[in-house]
Amino acid sequence: MVPLSWYLILSAILFCLGVTAFLVKRNIITIFMSIELMLNAVNLSFVAFANHWRDLNGQVFVFFVMVVAAAEAAVGLAIIIAVFRTRETLNVDRVNLLKL
Amino acid sequence: MLHEVLFIIFGLICVGGAVNLVVQRHPINSALSLVVVMGALSLIYLLLGAEFVAAVQIIVYAGAVMVLFVFVIMLLNAGAEERTTGSHVALWVGGPGVAVLAGMIVYLMFRNNRNFHRVSIGNFVQQPDNTHGIANLLFTRFLLPFEITSVLILIAIMGAVVLARREG
Repeated sequence: MVPLSWYLILSAILFCLGVTAFLVKRNIITIFMSIELMLNAVNLSFVAFANHWRDLNGQVFVFFVMVVAAAEAAVGLAIIIAVFRTRETLNVDRVNLLKL
Repeated sequence: MLHEVLFIIFGLICVGGAVNLVVQRHPINSALSLVVVMGALSLIYLLLGAEFVAAVQIIVYAGAVMVLFVFVIMLLNAGAEERTTGSHVALWVGGPGVAVLAGMIVYLMFRNNRNFHRVSIGNFVQQPDNTHGIANLLFTRFLLPFEITSVLILIAIMGAVVLARREG
């Protein structure tokens, strides 16, 4: 018998680690992965609350979040490839000009 | 007792993988630790009685999305992160901010602990089963959002093709 708050605390810890990675990392791919980590943390709290209210709507929301995350990953990685083609770097500190 | 043990094992794997993602400097190591986080999360979904979500987590996230990430890391031949001398304001302001946020959430959760149910394995069993229930909702109440996501995916495919295409 695990209290539901443990799941929510795990979700909060994962979210905060994702935010930390977002702030600390300088590689554009790793920054993108930290966004995925934050999305996963939010999914965990959706599933936890679905269990709390005995309602499947939360799990359907997780499904939609996953669909949007997959679409976002495809487009985001295409943008990263385009950025790398023009700048020859993945470091976000070097991608600071709107026009080359 | 079993539930606590399973939760603590997989929760620790999750947090360890996420910490490893922050600590590692090479993107491929970060990507593989993110796969570990997602696998452990899917087992936590199973503990919460969400079988469909657990399976989709493995198939879509650990299977498809992370393979895409690893593919791009290898395609772009991404090396270890270089240390730059840029501004670290985000780190110095954001680090304490994140710590405060985490502390606040944990404090609130412990204070409201008695308002939450206690989760035990098998206390959230749907009739006839989990996937059936989700399919029912998806094709009745959430039919319009479901159709809209299919358009979204189509746009994402076209966008990815257009963006990744070589110029000229």
